[in-house]
Amino acid sequence: MFSRDRWSEILEALTANWFRTVLTAFGVLWGIFILVILLAAGKGLENGVMRGFGGIATNTMFMWTQVASKPYKGLPKGRRYNFEVEDVAAIREQVPALRFISPRNQLGGFGGANNVVRGLNTGAFNVYGDYPEIIQQEPMDITSGRFINYSDIDDKRKVAVIGEGVKAVLYDMGEDPLGTYIKINGVNFMVIGTYKKKSQGGDAEEGQKQIYVPFTAFSQAFNMGNRVGWMAITAKDEVPISNLKNDIIDVVKSRHTIHPEDDRAVGNFDLYEEYSKVNGLFVALKAVAYFVGVLVLLSGIIGISNIMLIVVKERTNEIGVRRALGATPWSIRGQILMESVFLTIISGMVGIILATGVIWLVNFQMDQMDTSEMMFANPSVNLGVVMVALTILIISGLLAGLIPAQHAIKVKPVDALRTE
Amino acid sequence: MIEISNLHKSYRMGANTLHVLKGINFSVADGELVSIMGSSGSGKSTLLNILGMLDEADEGSYVLDGVTIKNLSEKQAAKYRNKFLGFIFQSFNLIGYKSALDNVALPLYYQGHSRSERMDRAMSYLEKVGLADWAGHLPNELSGGQKQRVAIARALASDPKVLLADEPTGALDTKTSYEVMDLIQEINDEGRTILVVTHEHDIAQMTKRIVHLKDGVIIEDTKVSQVRAFENV
Repeated sequence: MFSRDRWSEILEALTANWFRTVLTAFGVLWGIFILVILLAAGKGLENGVMRGFGGIATNTMFMWTQVASKPYKGLPKGRRYNFEVEDVAAIREQVPALRFISPRNQLGGFGGANNVVRGLNTGAFNVYGDYPEIIQQEPMDITSGRFINYSDIDDKRKVAVIGEGVKAVLYDMGEDPLGTYIKINGVNFMVIGTYKKKSQGGDAEEGQKQIYVPFTAFSQAFNMGNRVGWMAITAKDEVPISNLKNDIIDVVKSRHTIHPEDDRAVGNFDLYEEYSKVNGLFVALKAVAYFVGVLVLLSGIIGISNIMLIVVKERTNEIGVRRALGATPWSIRGQILMESVFLTIISGMVGIILATGVIWLVNFQMDQMDTSEMMFANPSVNLGVVMVALTILIISGLLAGLIPAQHAIKVKPVDALRTE
Repeated sequence: MIEISNLHKSYRMGANTLHVLKGINFSVADGELVSIMGSSGSGKSTLLNILGMLDEADEGSYVLDGVTIKNLSEKQAAKYRNKFLGFIFQSFNLIGYKSALDNVALPLYYQGHSRSERMDRAMSYLEKVGLADWAGHLPNELSGGQKQRVAIARALASDPKVLLADEPTGALDTKTSYEVMDLIQEINDEGRTILVVTHEHDIAQMTKRIVHLKDGVIIEDTKVSQVRAFENV
């Protein structure tokens, strides 16, 4: 089927009328070009928005205590309560599908007073008491030293990992912070590492001005007892956290004697839900891109089909001769189909190449600019999309050739020969 | 070689049916050179088309080289055409964008021969019709007589049992016509069976047997003493 003669036949037939072939090919070229560009633009927007999440573990919820809004078991409404370290173990036991449960405590906050001192320098920073897992939920690059580990937790070591922003305020240019001490609310902590966060957008700068210390050391140094300020909980990849949210909250409620229908006592934020909404938007966007692209492509295909019909008409006599010389209907049909598929694929390839060139140009231009504030990054199509586009092309090429091919063998050889 | 009995064929033209062949009985032996004559509308082209399996008879039997030709699928018909028959047309019917050599090689392509073998054999047939020097030319660079000779080479290429020529000289002047007939006679001398449809008496006289058709029946079937074409060139 793919012999050299077949190919030379196809090339001969297609090059017999160059201008027409090119015009026809342009329809498909344009269609696939639009499809690829639309998909790439959608991907660029997606990349830009997703960059805003800063690589944060998205299957995550945050949970904090609020005020009980219903009286329960003799306890009044309006009662305050606190999470405890033991809640973590209880949740872990009763909701097994969770990956990380990070209890967190916090000092400082937006607009807080200066709470960190080093020599003559002071600054107001958020200070977190954390477990080592937090780095997997809220990714950061350790630029020097190390992050908190379980030895720190077990030994309640007073060590701290500071952000690049903190380093800039408390240290002189070029000074190595590792091994030095900073005083947080009057308690000395040794700096063991520095980090840089990936998150972008509004809180990009805020993200660099944080200090992480071991949870246990935090509790001891700042008299938290077994209290837990809030929790960041990440589920295993295969289970959306949204499905587990109620189970987790129920555990907490029963442990703190809260009315089971009290919806306000446990505050929470479901990052996965937000993420899904954004994701859903991009799925819709992709669907629109495919819809529009395929429709434009369709008009190109119809163009090919149309031209192939004319070609068949023009070559009626030739087809008659071929059949008189012993061409089987299938070899005629195959010839027409191959021509149409070949034309479609070649023009589609050129379309893909052109679109890729445009995407490359856009990327090249964007590399020259500061794009951190743009909701658009790295427009691209992956190999999968190209494969899908090629499959669409082959199928549509076959479809485009089908009617003309049928047309070609419908004419009786004897009638075909009479046509001049 | 060819056995035909009681062949009928009619065409439907809207509400009317046109009875073109009304019971043809006819046989051709191996190595004959037969001309079929008749005015236009006598059914001679229809008969040739049926003989060439390009068309099917409504009734009657057709046996070609011991094979009954009846209710063939398109695929089978294509195979038999390729194997048994060579066609020569009035309007040559060469493929315009293929060189003379490629045109001659086309039946061999459908027989599935390798490219080099096709080219070799096609070249030898082109030599036979005296056009080896024109092998690389496109049909529109050839004269009418040359085109018809390429077509004859093409008809011969698949080494068929029977050559069917439909007005082979109809589009040629007298001198060229005779040259083409001379070639056809030569091929016949080598023992190949040839049927020529014509309405020109001088051409018919150059065959060995004349079959006269009129209104769908054979009215006359006579052997003639062959006039050699080259004597008249």
